[in-house]
Amino acid sequence: MDPVKLHYDISGTDFTTAGEASGKIKKTLKSLGFSPAIIRNVTIAVYEAEINMVVHAGGGEIDAYVSPEKIEVVLVDHGPGIPDIGLAMQEGWSTAPENVRQLGFGAGMGLPNIKKYSDDLQIESEVGKGTTIRITVLNK
Amino acid sequence: MTIKEILETLDAEVFTGADLLDREIHTACGSDLMSDVLAFVKEQAMLLTGLVNPQVIRTAEMMDMVCILFVRGKKPTLDMIDLANENDIVLLGTPYEMFTACGRLYSKGMRGRSGK
Ligand SMILES: Nc1ncnc2c1ncn2[C@@H]1O[C@H](COP(=O)(O)OP(=O)(O)O)[C@@H](O)[C@H]1O
Ligand SMILES: [Mg+2]
Repeated sequence: MDPVKLHYDISGTDFTTAGEASGKIKKTLKSLGFSPAIIRNVTIAVYEAEINMVVHAGGGEIDAYVSPEKIEVVLVDHGPGIPDIGLAMQEGWSTAPENVRQLGFGAGMGLPNIKKYSDDLQIESEVGKGTTIRITVLNK
Repeated sequence: MTIKEILETLDAEVFTGADLLDREIHTACGSDLMSDVLAFVKEQAMLLTGLVNPQVIRTAEMMDMVCILFVRGKKPTLDMIDLANENDIVLLGTPYEMFTACGRLYSKGMRGRSGK
């Protein structure tokens, strides 16, 4: 299999489409023949990150790099940034407003979920500039 | 049990997937919190929820769930029905509230995670 690159622009205003890119990544991994367990890990992690990008950061861009060894997904936004990443990683910690909670998210479990389902999670964030999330799942 | 039996057990209506009612489902989960579904669901094939928005369908899609049941008489929107169709997900609705819907299914042999 040759490495595959995928790119998606994510709207920050239309919550109804949040998850579309994750769904497409999932279908691509399926067509490439990755195991259900690997696909599930990537999909859950990327979906939570995509939701965060929409509800906390006004959208952004997602790039996925798929090779037989690993799947790497990079989410870049130019939102408000995360002041305290350690705090944001804690289960249950959330700044999500009521309208996000009404959608079934905003319980402060997104980042912990991403950590749980990935082999590596790197977060770079600068307040006022934006956030870059790098998710790696090894194909093992 | 089959989705057809689920329909009968819950006096349910079918919003989409009428051709898929012979599917067998043995495990389910009930939640209004999609992050919980993403964190804790393993093999459960069915989601019972009182939440109505496209992220419910997306979450089921991500988790390879094949059936969503809306409780308390809630109805999915047209874009949710389209999304479910694209992903071969059956959408059902029951007049029963969450507690009762789960209880009725459990008494018919439906189980939660790991068959418990
Ligand atoms: N891309 C992002 N940009 C800005 N803030 C973010 C981003 N992702 C997460 N956060 C912050 O981290 C917190 C925790 O995120 P998460 O664990 O996904 O929980 P939730 O999204 O339910 O609030 C969020 O409430 C938000 O304050
Ligand atoms: Mg989140």
